[in-house]
Amino acid sequence: MAPLSIDESKLDGFLPGALGRWNGELYAVGLWDAACAIFARKSVLEANGIRIPTLDNPWNQEEFDAALVTLQGSGDFEYALDLGMAWTGEWYPYAFGPFLQSFGGDIINVETNMANDALNGDAGIAFGEFWQSLFARDLVPGTSQDGADRETGFIEGQYALQWNGNWAALPALDAFGDDMLFLPAPDFGTGPKIGAASWQFGISATSEHKDGASAFIEFAIQDKYLSAFSQGIGLIPPTAEASAMTPNYSAGGPLEVFYGLSNEQATLRAVTPAYVVAGKVFEKAMADIANGADVADTLDTAADEIDADIDQNSGYQ
Amino acid sequence: MALPACLLVFTFLILPFFMAFGLSLTNQRLVSPNPTEFVGLDNFKKMLGVSFLIIEPEMDEAGHIKLDNEGNPIYPRVRNFTRNQEDFPQFYKKREWFQLGLQDGKVLVVLSQDVVFLKALANTMLFALVVCPVQAGLALFLALLINQPLRGINIFRTIYFAPVVISMVVVSMLWRFIYDGQNGLLNTLMQMFSFGLFEPIDWLGNTSTALPAIMAMSVWQGVGFHMVIWLSGLQTIPLSHYEVARIEGATRWQTFRYVTWPSLRNTAILVMVIITMQAFTLYPQIQVMTRGGPLDSTQSLVFQAVIRGYEKQDISGGSAISVILFLLVLSISLFQRYLTREKN
Amino acid sequence: MPAHKLLGMALRYLLLIWIAMIFIFPIVFMVISSLKPDLQLLSDSSSLRAFLPVGDISPTNYLSAFDRAPILLFIFNSVLITGITIVFSLFLCSLAAFSFVFLSWRGQGVIFAIILATFIVPFETIAVPLLLIVNNLPWIGLEGIKNSWINSYHVQIIPFIADALTIFLFVQYFRDLPKDLIEASRIDGATWFQVYRRVIMPLSGPIIATAAILKFLMMYNNQLLWPIMVVQEESYRPVMLGLQYFFQLNTQWGEIMAYLTIITIPVLIFYLLLQKAFIASIASTGIKG
Repeated sequence: MAPLSIDESKLDGFLPGALGRWNGELYAVGLWDAACAIFARKSVLEANGIRIPTLDNPWNQEEFDAALVTLQGSGDFEYALDLGMAWTGEWYPYAFGPFLQSFGGDIINVETNMANDALNGDAGIAFGEFWQSLFARDLVPGTSQDGADRETGFIEGQYALQWNGNWAALPALDAFGDDMLFLPAPDFGTGPKIGAASWQFGISATSEHKDGASAFIEFAIQDKYLSAFSQGIGLIPPTAEASAMTPNYSAGGPLEVFYGLSNEQATLRAVTPAYVVAGKVFEKAMADIANGADVADTLDTAADEIDADIDQNSGYQ
Repeated sequence: MALPACLLVFTFLILPFFMAFGLSLTNQRLVSPNPTEFVGLDNFKKMLGVSFLIIEPEMDEAGHIKLDNEGNPIYPRVRNFTRNQEDFPQFYKKREWFQLGLQDGKVLVVLSQDVVFLKALANTMLFALVVCPVQAGLALFLALLINQPLRGINIFRTIYFAPVVISMVVVSMLWRFIYDGQNGLLNTLMQMFSFGLFEPIDWLGNTSTALPAIMAMSVWQGVGFHMVIWLSGLQTIPLSHYEVARIEGATRWQTFRYVTWPSLRNTAILVMVIITMQAFTLYPQIQVMTRGGPLDSTQSLVFQAVIRGYEKQDISGGSAISVILFLLVLSISLFQRYLTREKN
Repeated sequence: MPAHKLLGMALRYLLLIWIAMIFIFPIVFMVISSLKPDLQLLSDSSSLRAFLPVGDISPTNYLSAFDRAPILLFIFNSVLITGITIVFSLFLCSLAAFSFVFLSWRGQGVIFAIILATFIVPFETIAVPLLLIVNNLPWIGLEGIKNSWINSYHVQIIPFIADALTIFLFVQYFRDLPKDLIEASRIDGATWFQVYRRVIMPLSGPIIATAAILKFLMMYNNQLLWPIMVVQEESYRPVMLGLQYFFQLNTQWGEIMAYLTIITIPVLIFYLLLQKAFIASIASTGIKG
């Protein structure tokens, strides 16, 4: 990949998740952003006496936990919360990594370039124990969740809450209309966090037409095209202006909340090429802990494996 | 005239085969800016090396063994040894593979740096150990059944063989649905035949049932193949041999034991060699059904070779597993040959 | 027929039918389920209705499966890759076998032995280094020179053309052919290639069918591990990789069943039409082994 030669002023107001930076250079720009939220129904929360959290005042860990226990106890649902364990692959680090970060841990500590102590430190283990307890108490479906249930379980009332991305928001809105809520991620200690993500345009280092490609990207990131893109595929426009031009995401629009989520809570995943391996290792660790593996041992092994990979690549420098 | 084919065999079979040996001694990666280094047997040491740790129950000040609420002795955490580089450098960064209880409440803990590989190795051996005899035996049973002079027997032969022509990928997808814990067909059928006594099981989501479920499915798919091989062996036995047995008044078992079985020895070798090779290369089932989970209970050598060599771009690690796999297959086929040669 | 013989006969058939049901139920379930909407599919699987085409039967799943993935492209790719591999394999392997059996040259025995030895090298053990090789091989194609074989048809074809089993089958077959035929045509002044083409090949119908069927089963059905590693571009993917499309978003079991049916039923029909040849080809690996 080659750095982009794009006028920085054109990038003002871009959501952080839509820009790919590495070593201070801009390498990629995304035409949209994605954000996760807790999908919920107002009527269900009210009936169970659960406070509706806001961006400024999200649930803390106790509240979140109590809400799940209450919902599970109501007996109306198979599971209180659906985390999306059926979606193996990128989903795990993207959707669950931020929980770990909110606990104060991380997959890789960007400063030390190591997973040890970030992933398996006290914060990491606290997260792991909490994670395991969700499965042990049958509050969430486990790794053998059926992919079809992940798709339809919330809309069909099998699950009270669902941790999902804005790409799934429209069907949920269709099903529940005004009753539908998109809640911010809980604050597990160091503030609420969600993953930021987009597919991005970049230029191959071997491209013969770097300038032409840069020009194309500059052209495509004008607000009107970003807005049109979002209307076409339903994802979050990466600038405030484009957002205002897109009915679903403009002020008062049904998905406006996602722009706020993306703007306020989004945390970039570890910006390092080590992420390819680290993401896979993290996924396996999350699955194993969900299935009852010893938390500290599992996180130790995962951290060692990520560090060994970084070492083997001479730190990916 | 043999040149084109020989060249292809050389480039795409023999060359990569020797490369696997070479690469397993390096730290080669798929794409890396860093030069490849020769690391000797490091990859194998990491994968195969185990160390042993004996832990004793914790004592209180009076010298009594501390007990937990259920009356079991409390042991120090293995983590205290494996994450403590100063006092126990030999255990550093190793993980518990399994424990064995010794006398006097002592516990032997087997530690390894690569527990996932060892589990994959153990699972693959177990898979081969169970599937080979079961599949060969069932295939022989079916072949004997099909070898009867009954009207319409070819229809049954056709049906029994049908799963063989279906891709293992398709079969695995299909059986994922059959094994499903909630809506699975298998649970439904079991409940029906047990009149509701049977408790539904999440076959693939359970550490104790996932590997057996995959074994059963693999036998289902492959047994027709080996039935046909047995059948071709059975059909080479001259009818006059059976005639003699009948005149001598042999029972059905005696006929099988003294007429049929001895003539099948060569077929038996072939069937065992083919099944063993297929069993050791257990892969599509794992990739489609469980991806090694839950808790590594279905890891296999080939699956790990792919995960490391391809997904994690660690060519040398993947190659080292390939080398171990090949040595296993080689030694087992040599062993089988030795066993059968001795009797001749 | 006396009563106890009749009973014995009935019991045998009962056993045969019972076993047949074990082998056939997943296939029936697959086809039937592909015609049902998901909700009914799930509720039906708790009863024997799972095997009956009852309720809301429609080809909807097939239509949406075609919408979701470029199925025709995948089928085309699979057929193309499998077909070309079979043609080249039959030609080059029989040519090699011809040379091993009828010609005599230095090192013949050793090379044949080495080729036979590769029979116990599982493909899976060489996949990773093979990836490294094809990643660095140059290719001259219509679009010019590329320095890697990744993302192409040929990367899925060329490594699989020559294999020990096919060569071995041809060698076995050629050894049983009468030698005087060949000597007669050599005396008539035919070149070795003419002997191969005009004398040997016309006699090799049965073994060509056998080798083609075995190669077909090996290729069409096993396109998973290798394509996962070497094909990232959609336009070169075979059918087995197409399954991924049905798990990305909005998994519908009915659609998956429809896709499985689409890629399996042609093979099953092919098998039913040629079942004698299929079974004979498997058996032939056994007779002389």
